[in-house]
Amino acid sequence: MPWRALLRPGDWVVVLVSALCVGASFPLLWRGGRAERAVVRAEGRVVAEFPLTAPRRFAVRGPLGETVIEVAPGRARVLSDPGPRQYCVQQGWLTHPNAIAICAPNHVSLSLSAGNASHDSLNY
Amino acid sequence: MGRPGEFLELHVTEADRRIARYAAAAIALSVAEAALPSPLPGIKPGLANIVVLIVLARHGWREAAWVSLLRVVAGSLLLGQFLAPGFFLALTGALASLAVLALAVRLPARWFGPVSASVLAAFAHSGGQLLLARLWLVPHDGVFLLAPLFGLAALVFGIVNGLVAARLLKEES
Repeated sequence: MPWRALLRPGDWVVVLVSALCVGASFPLLWRGGRAERAVVRAEGRVVAEFPLTAPRRFAVRGPLGETVIEVAPGRARVLSDPGPRQYCVQQGWLTHPNAIAICAPNHVSLSLSAGNASHDSLNY
Repeated sequence: MGRPGEFLELHVTEADRRIARYAAAAIALSVAEAALPSPLPGIKPGLANIVVLIVLARHGWREAAWVSLLRVVAGSLLLGQFLAPGFFLALTGALASLAVLALAVRLPARWFGPVSASVLAAFAHSGGQLLLARLWLVPHDGVFLLAPLFGLAALVFGIVNGLVAARLLKEES
């Protein structure tokens, strides 16, 4: 006897609706929050905050010179920095919430924040 | 009662014997299933529910409830889980799925068969357990991150158990 013969029409509906609900629950519960704002700090103080919706550039003055921050939809990066080793520039685009690029020589940092911050920072 | 030479006689009905037989089968299945390795605590096929579904279809909700609850109590005694957290999780799951089955038996039988009952009961089972786990064992919303996995397991095992129950019911009739 084929297994399919054991399913009645309503059973198909129940199975399909359940499968859709389960499928939808994965992205809903596992999204883990999206980065929504870029926060720029100089000397430890917040000097600017931008939503990650429209592209823009922003320059901050530090002891060594100007650090330029670039914001694009959904991401942000340090475009240029007068620091000697360029670590924060080479980090490239930040996309995850609580990601941070620190330009230590120039005392500037760029971090992303989520709408609902689940934790303050991540350190490795 | 109480006088020497006199016995207290328990009247065992046909339904009692039937419930005992079905419960024994369900207990055997849940003990056998406990030997299977599980990728995540809480994800099990729930084979004993095949028996519950068959009893539900043949003899109604009351007897299915007896079988299900006897299975939880006796199964946990055999596995040394009685009154341990696992017992309360199993009991909550059984009660939640029985509540849903009480509604599911009212669905028109022409359209909805054992597979619908099985899938709905499996979701209720996992949902009830997850809720108890959140309220009692892991008081943090983080447990809900497991919900998609539990839901997927409930869907798969609900379909499989429902198909097996439907097949057995068909062979008998």
